[in-house]
Amino acid sequence: MTMAAARTLWVGTRKGLIPVRQDAGAWRVGPPHFPGEPVTQFVLQPDGVAYAALRLGHFGVKLWKSADAGASWKEVAAPAFPTRPTEGPFKDDPTPWTVDQVWGLEAAPDGRLWAGCLPAGLFTSDDGGASWQLVASLWERPERLEWLGGGYDHAGIHSILVDPRDPSHVTVAVSSGGVWQTRDRGASWSATCKGMVAGYMPPERREDPNIQDPHRIDQCRAAPDVLWCQHHSGIFRSVDGGARWSPVEPPQPSGFGFAVAAHPRDPQRAWFVPAHSDAQRMAPGGRMVVTETRDGGASFAVHGAGLPQHDAYHLVYRHALAVGDDGETLAIGSTTGGLWVSADGGQRWDCISRDLPPIAVLRFA
Amino acid sequence: MPTVEFAPALTRHVPCPLQRVDGATLGEALAGAFGAAPAMKGYVLDEQGCVRKHVAVFVNARLIRDRARLDLALQPDDKVMVIQALTGG
Repeated sequence: MTMAAARTLWVGTRKGLIPVRQDAGAWRVGPPHFPGEPVTQFVLQPDGVAYAALRLGHFGVKLWKSADAGASWKEVAAPAFPTRPTEGPFKDDPTPWTVDQVWGLEAAPDGRLWAGCLPAGLFTSDDGGASWQLVASLWERPERLEWLGGGYDHAGIHSILVDPRDPSHVTVAVSSGGVWQTRDRGASWSATCKGMVAGYMPPERREDPNIQDPHRIDQCRAAPDVLWCQHHSGIFRSVDGGARWSPVEPPQPSGFGFAVAAHPRDPQRAWFVPAHSDAQRMAPGGRMVVTETRDGGASFAVHGAGLPQHDAYHLVYRHALAVGDDGETLAIGSTTGGLWVSADGGQRWDCISRDLPPIAVLRFA
Repeated sequence: MPTVEFAPALTRHVPCPLQRVDGATLGEALAGAFGAAPAMKGYVLDEQGCVRKHVAVFVNARLIRDRARLDLALQPDDKVMVIQALTGG
């Protein structure tokens, strides 16, 4: 299948939303939108409508919308919790009912926006961001009170997979609170973590679904029952829509990391960006690599060509590994402001910049 | 009527002039000021109605310490100023 080449790479950073455009083969860094402001999420719909989530250091979470593929922007409503109840099971909820960050943002083909937040509220908008509703069916589950912070003070929702076959089937991942699925557009939820093991937990709790820390999950769009998970305790894969997860033998140099990208059409293929370990969240041995499997996780290739191969401290966060619709154009962005693009499925990388702000999210358009 | 003024760090996001507003309490005066610039509310208060952690509210140059209770009584000539606290990076 021939796909249109990716033309713009949107880079959400600590200091703005930076468009990187492909011009005669070369990727050129453009001037930022929202200069100086932290951009935590970005999504661009096929119709040119885009949303950028900002986390203003002083003034809270804001959402901006563009109707012209990012050329111009206006502020719309941001996800917000309802007033915290003073009675009932949540009156002593230690989690603040205030959105600190939009951590996951997806536009479903049925017109619904899904936003996963820190703290771990899931919100929907059916009017293009004019208003947002908390998904109370998930927030009010008693299990939610048991979720733990993973990298932040409170648990958060970072991954939202809308089933390409059925937009009422949505899978979300929580750090740390497991993988949850709805098949009725958010009316009800079930935890789907069977097979995941949190090796760092007390032995009695290691297989508790509610305690799992899936750092990131992704889905093969052409075979949506194939899910990949970069977990705090390694890599897991499911071939049955998450009903059962199987551990993948950790690749060299490390099975630890945050990002995973599934190939859009080949369910056997996925990419990861390893970090040394939980205790050393940086390139293993100072050498930055991308690992790729083409056989469902049975084996991995280690790609380092074009990436820093010594004295590197780059860490790639959950949303900063992107794959284009062609399945061959990839990008990675680091917490130390490095940006690389590959045109051949990750085998060779070109450095676009080493001078950007910390990168939170990449999206091809 | 008390005056409510937002610092440039805020008005660069949401334009809002200095205003004289009705309000017997700080909360009422802020609510009155937000009437002229509804989007400002979300910049100053979180969704629980508390002053954001990195925003500072002064009444007659005195910092208001309680972020949750805005029932401080105001006099007609009081001056409310809302600024960006010097925190964050």
